[in-house]
Amino acid sequence: MNSYRPTTSRSPGPTEETLDVRDFGFWLYLMTDAVIFSLLFATYVVMFQNTATGPLPVEVFDIKHVFAETMFLLVSSVTFGFASLACVREHKGQAIIWLIVTIIFGLGFISLEVAEFVGMINSGAAPQTSGFLTAFFSLVGTHGAHVSLGMIGITVMIFQILIKGLTSPVKSRLHRLGMFWHFLDIVWIGIFSIVYMPAWLI
Amino acid sequence: MQPHSSNTRKLVTGFVLALALTLIAFAAVWTLAFPVELTFGIIAISALFQVAVHLHYFLGIDSKTPVENILAMAFAGVLIFLMVGGSLWIMFDLYERMMM
Amino acid sequence: MLGRLGFDSLPFYSPVAFGGASVTVLGGLAVFVLVTYFGKWRYFWEEWLTSLDHKRIGIMYIVLALIMLVRGFVDALMMRAQQAIALNNNGYLAPEHFDQVFSSHGTIMIFFMAMPFLTGLVNIVVPQQIGARDVAFPFMNSISLWLTAAGAALVMVSLVIGKFSTAGWTGYPPYSGALYSPGVGVDYWVWAVLISGIGSTMTGINFIVTIIKCRTPSMRLMQMPLFTWTILCTSALMAFAFPALTVVTAMLALDRVLEFHFFTNALGGNMMNYVNLFWIWGHPEVYILILPAFGVYSEVTATFSQKRLFGYKSLVYATAAITILSFSVWLHHFFTMGSGPNVNAVFGMATMIIAVPTGVKIFDWVFTMYKGRIIFHPSMLFTIGFLITFVIGGVSGVLLAIPPADFLMHNSTFLVAHFHNVLIPGAVFGYFAGFQYWFPKAVGFKLNKKWGVRSFWFWIIGFYVAFMPLYALGFLGMTRRMERYELAEWQPYLMVAALGALFVLMGIICQGMQLYVSIRDRDREQNMDVTGDPYNGRTLEWQTSSPPAEYNFAKIPEVRELDAFWDMKQRGVAYAPQAPYEDIHLPRNTGIGVFLGGLGFLLGFAVTWYIWWLVALCFIGILTCLIVRASQDHTFEIIPAAEIEAHETARFKALAEHKQAPGDFWS
Repeated sequence: MNSYRPTTSRSPGPTEETLDVRDFGFWLYLMTDAVIFSLLFATYVVMFQNTATGPLPVEVFDIKHVFAETMFLLVSSVTFGFASLACVREHKGQAIIWLIVTIIFGLGFISLEVAEFVGMINSGAAPQTSGFLTAFFSLVGTHGAHVSLGMIGITVMIFQILIKGLTSPVKSRLHRLGMFWHFLDIVWIGIFSIVYMPAWLI
Repeated sequence: MQPHSSNTRKLVTGFVLALALTLIAFAAVWTLAFPVELTFGIIAISALFQVAVHLHYFLGIDSKTPVENILAMAFAGVLIFLMVGGSLWIMFDLYERMMM
Repeated sequence: MLGRLGFDSLPFYSPVAFGGASVTVLGGLAVFVLVTYFGKWRYFWEEWLTSLDHKRIGIMYIVLALIMLVRGFVDALMMRAQQAIALNNNGYLAPEHFDQVFSSHGTIMIFFMAMPFLTGLVNIVVPQQIGARDVAFPFMNSISLWLTAAGAALVMVSLVIGKFSTAGWTGYPPYSGALYSPGVGVDYWVWAVLISGIGSTMTGINFIVTIIKCRTPSMRLMQMPLFTWTILCTSALMAFAFPALTVVTAMLALDRVLEFHFFTNALGGNMMNYVNLFWIWGHPEVYILILPAFGVYSEVTATFSQKRLFGYKSLVYATAAITILSFSVWLHHFFTMGSGPNVNAVFGMATMIIAVPTGVKIFDWVFTMYKGRIIFHPSMLFTIGFLITFVIGGVSGVLLAIPPADFLMHNSTFLVAHFHNVLIPGAVFGYFAGFQYWFPKAVGFKLNKKWGVRSFWFWIIGFYVAFMPLYALGFLGMTRRMERYELAEWQPYLMVAALGALFVLMGIICQGMQLYVSIRDRDREQNMDVTGDPYNGRTLEWQTSSPPAEYNFAKIPEVRELDAFWDMKQRGVAYAPQAPYEDIHLPRNTGIGVFLGGLGFLLGFAVTWYIWWLVALCFIGILTCLIVRASQDHTFEIIPAAEIEAHETARFKALAEHKQAPGDFWS
């Protein structure tokens, strides 16, 4: 290999053009994640009647609880929107505050979900109990894991804004994190419409 | 994917619409005011509308969105339809034949 | 502390297993000693392992693929040998060992030979074909490579520590569940496939974005070379099909490790859903393997028939049609599961429909050759071998697409013959053709032609001798995966098949010789590829030097037509001076991709052996790597215009002094 390899000294950041390319790549990632979720949904629908000796869906779901979770996540989506707006308007302080508010609502959502899971497991409705519960915990748990990762991402972004300021790479990352966060809220619409609500109707 | 086109008003509009659609679905399930089939319809329609609201007001999908993003979404939509639709058809056909 | 891991995990229980382990360990040790002896660790680390240059990543992919080809082929030889002798006796392999051999053969050939081979070709060629300097996400490209390598390493480690899966390359539950396969084998399989599959999803996303967004601005979609088109479709398949594999293997892992009930017999599990989800990925995967080969054949046929590709548009539309249709046929892999007649009929018809665009392509290649001045380069030989052989495989496939016929032939060696008959000519020959075709572009010297021709003849003859008997055996009622049998009339066929495998072995040895001879004689003048255009090529990758400079193109080329480089040569602007030069931004090398691959390997190993503290550490490590990388801004480096000018001037000088004109390799 006599391939030419130059020596360099300067190391620039990404150009606006590469940031635009990253947005499209991230959009595609979201689409592939949508495939993952839709297959988990399909599996849930295939398996929700397989309760075996375990409880029925209607016995383990609590509508008030789910409603509270839904509200937390919806509000967090909007507060992230405000953070993005503050970011576009170059309001560093506001952006950080809105991101912190988003994390608080995200934490509220996750603690409700953890409480729900722990309560179910303690009452004998663990993922090992039946096919229905396996599918339920996997689908909703995967969503919860995404939300938790998103909150780690928000934390990282808060520090990046503090340390680096609202530079164009930071803004671009925050924009993609926002796409991720809003996407998770859309998945949640599917979860309460396909997993929880039908359980109370059937 | 244009962060600059969004503004406070758009965000608040989106929130109000999403909230309204969520409340409709939850109210229908909570009160059981309608027959079950109709309630399912209400859930499905409000969910679809809410997805559209989120896509437009939060993810900023509009007529100015680059065409490749729309195409990627359409492609994913077709494939998800094939995968999920096919899976449900195959598996429920199987349940029927196994009399489960 | 070490979970299930203990001294009894080492392969001292069987001489054959011990032999395999020894070869693996000694091979690894030999590489380690040689690199240390020559003091090349720093060179490998800085120039190769940490490289984000798509061409080097591509070369590393192909090296991985060739190593795994040998490993997978040894498995094949072992199976053929066992079946040739195991009439009314146990042969030389214990049943459980035979099961491991066929499981690892399939797993390796699909995931760790074919996938890296095609990804390597894509990496080397596609950015150059579209006039780009790099892929869209060079760092993600490095992660993909190292995740694939991590999966391959898991399969290799299973030779030495513990055992591999006995559940076949598809790992159907409930057999692959914890109840019937309590050992570590299926876990190795699950994690190898899961980890490398994530890498493939990322490769798919990467090349969709590269082709859509990073083309030279003057190249319209319908001016893209056909290989690029097939890769766009392949990437879409990779990005959208591999998530299904991720889901289904993760579910199986949850069943095995956390006692979930996705696919168990008891408590409401549904193992049929595994088969369903697995083949949602599995059928598109077939086209992921085959479409790139179709792209190679298109390029090779046009170049060596010295004609423009016949029916470019129909090839593009056929490829796109196959892409969508490939998501609508997966049930044909399990017609016998018990679906109703409507379901089977719809999927059977969809399967037959997919043969139509494939047939269109065959005619396009034949018409490209018609009245062309064909040059019998080894890559062209592989292409012609493909055209003839693939049609047979396709026809047997249409036969299997008829559900009632499938009920008779499924799980027989007829099926084995069928899918080898499509995948060997349809995929492997294509990769070999691409390997022969683009080798000078990647490394700057030509492959020895004589050994290439020999390897082709051994491969094609070996293929027919090895697999035609399996068609017949299928009709004689032989099922696949038998480690012993009692019917004497099967044995002659199995002996012939074993002979075929030996022919293929000769083909692989010839390929090794070809590499050896070519590397030995690389400095001879007739072997150097000075012009960068050894075959009088038509597409843009032949405009760069061989090997290309790190930045590929000093100036982004301007495309006016399909076969852009041919058009430039016609207009006399192919080698026009390009001054003034400008600074070029390229990504700076990073080791984070290697770390992520290493952590992925450790993670898979730790879960397999239930070493939970290591699992936790791996998760923390992966998260740390990602956060560190996500916080780096200055990930690029600048190549100053002056250096580019010096390099390009030297190249043009060499071109002018060179006695041969471009493309005179054959005169």
